[in-house]
Amino acid sequence: MSAGLAPEGGQPEFLRAFDIQAGDFAGAGNVSIAVKNLLKELGFAPEVLRRAAIAAFEAEMNVVMYGGGGHMEVFIAPRAVRLVISDHGPGIPDLDLAMQEGWSTATPEMREMGFGAGMGLPNIKRNSDQFQITTAPGQGTRLQVDIFPR
Amino acid sequence: MPASLAQVAQWLRADVLCCAHAMDRSIAMCHGSDLMSDVLAFSHPNTLLLTGLTNPQVVRTAEVAGIYGVVFVRGKRPREVMVALAEEYGLPLMVSPYAMFDACGLLFSQGLRGWSLCGPGQRP
Repeated sequence: MSAGLAPEGGQPEFLRAFDIQAGDFAGAGNVSIAVKNLLKELGFAPEVLRRAAIAAFEAEMNVVMYGGGGHMEVFIAPRAVRLVISDHGPGIPDLDLAMQEGWSTATPEMREMGFGAGMGLPNIKRNSDQFQITTAPGQGTRLQVDIFPR
Repeated sequence: MPASLAQVAQWLRADVLCCAHAMDRSIAMCHGSDLMSDVLAFSHPNTLLLTGLTNPQVVRTAEVAGIYGVVFVRGKRPREVMVALAEEYGLPLMVSPYAMFDACGLLFSQGLRGWSLCGPGQRP
């Protein structure tokens, strides 16, 4: 990982990668909770933990619902966390639209579980201190989320 | 005004399904919603969640968002697998016979508030 986090964060080091299964609605969220527990064991501040867990969970749900499966990589620096979430999905054709609160292409199954309100990507951005999204039709989506103490 | 989960259970005539040892937790505010997207976007730590949704994603959302306890309204009971998951996370679950509006109203009348009235910097 070449790009550094914020000056106070330090240089990120790869810690662990988790697979996310496509369409696994029953198990969706398990990866994010494992990531939260991992970061908790490492002693990150509760406020960093909470934002990392929320961003991870929203991203994991997106990979399960739309992304055709993928993975989440966790990088850590002394005081900061970087999550990189990549999927094998169709990509996002109109990113500006997808970043608007309320825009959603969720199915009834997703909505029955309480998701698909069009809050996911904006909420990931809100919980991040640095947020990058790379996507193109047919090439999947990659999110990079950096979180450091506020 | 903060309240303990035990007080909430009493006000809502709720059965406690798990984590009875954690009922002395003090909650700072409440969030009533069936939209887990909204819970993730707007809730604060130390919050009580009231919901009519009983799928396992409710428990996972609560764990991720730092929710302190969950009340299922209108007598809806979650499946055993969900209770086991909450037990694993140390998250108290309760079932109240009151419908959502009435459950929220009862807690409001006891002085509890939601994030839009008492969340930091959130007052409309």
